[in-house]
Amino acid sequence: MSLLEIRGVSKHFGGLAALTDVSYEVNKGEILSLIGPNGAGKTTLFNVVNGFYAPTHGEVFFKGEKVSHLKPHQICKLGMARTFQVVRPLQRMTTLDNVVASAFLRAKGKAEAREMALENLRFTGLYEDRDVVSKGLPLGKRKKLEITRALATQPEMLLLDESFAGLNPSEQNDLVEIIQKVRKRGITIMVIEHHMKVIMAISDRIVVLNYGQKIAEGNPKEIGSNPLVIEAYLGEAMDA
Amino acid sequence: MKRFIPWMIFAILCVLPLIGLSTYALHILVLVIMWSIIGMGWNILGGYCGQVSFGHAAFFGMGAYTAGLLYFHLGITAWWGLLACVPVLTLTSLVIGYICLRLRGAYFALATLALGEVLRVTAENLVKFTQGDLGIMIKQRTWVDKTWYFYIILLIALGTFILVKKVIESKWGYYFVAIREDQDAAESMGINTTLYKTIALCLSGTLTGMAGAFYMNYMGYIDPTVVFPLYDISIVTVMVVMIGGVATYWGPLIGALIMVFLAEVIRSMPKIGAAHQTLFGVLLIFIIMYLPNGIGGDYRKLLRLFKPKGASS
Repeated sequence: MSLLEIRGVSKHFGGLAALTDVSYEVNKGEILSLIGPNGAGKTTLFNVVNGFYAPTHGEVFFKGEKVSHLKPHQICKLGMARTFQVVRPLQRMTTLDNVVASAFLRAKGKAEAREMALENLRFTGLYEDRDVVSKGLPLGKRKKLEITRALATQPEMLLLDESFAGLNPSEQNDLVEIIQKVRKRGITIMVIEHHMKVIMAISDRIVVLNYGQKIAEGNPKEIGSNPLVIEAYLGEAMDA
Repeated sequence: MKRFIPWMIFAILCVLPLIGLSTYALHILVLVIMWSIIGMGWNILGGYCGQVSFGHAAFFGMGAYTAGLLYFHLGITAWWGLLACVPVLTLTSLVIGYICLRLRGAYFALATLALGEVLRVTAENLVKFTQGDLGIMIKQRTWVDKTWYFYIILLIALGTFILVKKVIESKWGYYFVAIREDQDAAESMGINTTLYKTIALCLSGTLTGMAGAFYMNYMGYIDPTVVFPLYDISIVTVMVVMIGGVATYWGPLIGALIMVFLAEVIRSMPKIGAAHQTLFGVLLIFIIMYLPNGIGGDYRKLLRLFKPKGASS
């Protein structure tokens, strides 16, 4: 069953078509990777799905409900949380307060929000850093904090925008583990990623964008051998 | 221990008039407390929620005129203004919020600055309704003595302090700070940023308006240049909080104390007196450069300055 359905979405900025007629579905419980060269429109698509941009054409359905006219906070309330490519922690708040602020979405009171926040911090392994002001966290932990904050809204679907970028190999492994734990909780995940190793390891399916258009969709093996994808990434084969 | 400090300060302030302060000293105290209320009000919107307003004179003046016009047109005591300004200022804030809160950062600040001026010019020109530049005078003030005024404003200040503390420690407070730190991130965390910014504005505006309504009763006379000025109200409000400490509970009180005393001292100095705004400007630059969190936020830094060099740890 599809949890998220993107139906013929286009997004134009003035004369620039960032997305052209993109359609695909994300099934419940799967990890879907969105890949493509720089400027392919991946983050724009996230922003449309998440409600920051209204699509120029097309519609987005989440849990069978049309969400492409809703605001980000309404979409979040429906059960979709996201992280940002450039990390955006609430800088002058402690790690714990960051997560508490987002746990308030579902919690009834402050005590419950705190409880939920601490539980999520333990889940992602940030518990020890709970009293650190988030401005002072290293990048790896700030990325984890964003994921923790998103999880504290108790989403059914999580959008991760380049959570692996800039991490060292041990931090990457750590994050892969967390993502797999998140999935075991039954949360559907859509990720934007550049690290091929990570993508091949975690994805059930992959969608490839190039110049704002979907050029391929399939499981990692199919994508790895798709000539269109290879062309987009490595350039056209030259006739010798 | 720490939680009793507000009550201790309240108790000390309560007995102050009993030890026989001069009328002038009591007047200064009333002004300090009134300014700390305006500061606390501004702090909700500008300090915690991060929407810096340069137009709080709009709210102060609306409050003052609410009280004054009730007295002038209906002939009832201007004290009703304290109550009436709650719905009036909430409504005003909603309108101002609808216009200004879609703007961010410096643009919001500029829009509020303009609004304060718009209201001043409006009050000057609606001669039939507001008496224009003639202003509104209460012919017989409630008390000649200042003691009761002092207790009333002290009570309002205590109520404001408790309200601000309760709000900031609740879900609203977390949401306000989240919006200040990153509005887009807050939005994607499920926070209705428009709604919560409007709530912050309403709280902030109403508290500032109550201070204005009190001012009408206390001074007995207002006109547009007294309650709607850019420098003497809007800018001083920002300075009170900046100097005292942005987004701290005690900042507005510390700032009000410093600003009111400083204004009195500088004004009484021969020749320099006229230049008090210049000196305020210099002070603000100094604060922004060396104590960006204000005296309430950076007091440890200040203490270190005064410690003898050898004793520093």
